[in-house]
Amino acid sequence: MNPIVSAASVIAAGLSIGLAAIGPGIGQGSAAEQAVEGLARQPEAEGKIRGTLLLSLAFMESLTIYGLVVALCLLFANPFAG
Amino acid sequence: MFFSLAAVEVGTHLYWSFAGFTVHGQVLLVTWLVIATILAIAIAGTLKLEQIPKVLQNFVESVFEYVAGIAKDQIGEYEYRPWIPYVGTLFLFIFVANWYGALVPWKLIELPEGELAAPTNDINTTVALSLLTSVSYFYAGLSKKGLGFFARYISPTPIFLPINILEDFTKPLSLSFRLFGNILADEIVVSVLCLLVPLFIPLPVMVLGIFASSVQALVFSTLSAAYIGESLE
Repeated sequence: MNPIVSAASVIAAGLSIGLAAIGPGIGQGSAAEQAVEGLARQPEAEGKIRGTLLLSLAFMESLTIYGLVVALCLLFANPFAG
Repeated sequence: MFFSLAAVEVGTHLYWSFAGFTVHGQVLLVTWLVIATILAIAIAGTLKLEQIPKVLQNFVESVFEYVAGIAKDQIGEYEYRPWIPYVGTLFLFIFVANWYGALVPWKLIELPEGELAAPTNDINTTVALSLLTSVSYFYAGLSKKGLGFFARYISPTPIFLPINILEDFTKPLSLSFRLFGNILADEIVVSVLCLLVPLFIPLPVMVLGIFASSVQALVFSTLSAAYIGESLE
């Protein structure tokens, strides 16, 4: 593979997953913060709060996963190789 | 002096070709195993139904109630019953497939090419499942409202038309990539960790993988039910 393409792909892969982790990280922290606050106010609602929290966390997680898929694609299934 | 306990390398799939199609054989093998497991448990649990259920029937009933709960929450209590089989199949297939991939020591079985793993780590499987969801929410909307179903493209205002059309493409895309990315990423992380420190370090990541994969099964089926519910309202 062309060395410039290799180098660019590696940098792009690293940046992709690194930057993709920032937003959802903040978002998940916010969601957990509100969930814990809700739990402190009303401990009987634990089941619903936990269910909703896990579901929301999974949605936010998927945004990071999109970045990871791009990184994996660049490293292992690079369309510009050869 | 150093000998390697593990190695990670990019391999190839096990290709089978029949009737002009080429398929990934290793994915099909594990898929058949998953289907056989689910069918076996379902049939064994419902062979002799009793008023006061024993162990297996109790378990199967609780799984059914859970799945019916997912469908009911998302689709609404008036129209959810016909959709329990579909949502339940999605949830059970993805759940059992992910757990098979994470728990069974597949490395013991050697294939001529490629290796056995969770069937959902192949983008083809997850895209197939999400296209099924796409087809079902179109079917749900069309069978309930006929051609009036397409009025939802200009709701709430006609300015939303491009966004709504785009949504029809991003829904299956995000569904498939979420599941595929989660499962494949966990497998890659576990294999790289086994390459670096094979002894105890991969274990927390494997436990996280089992937890995350069950959550992904729930998310996939909940989202599918939500899309179906959305097109039924």
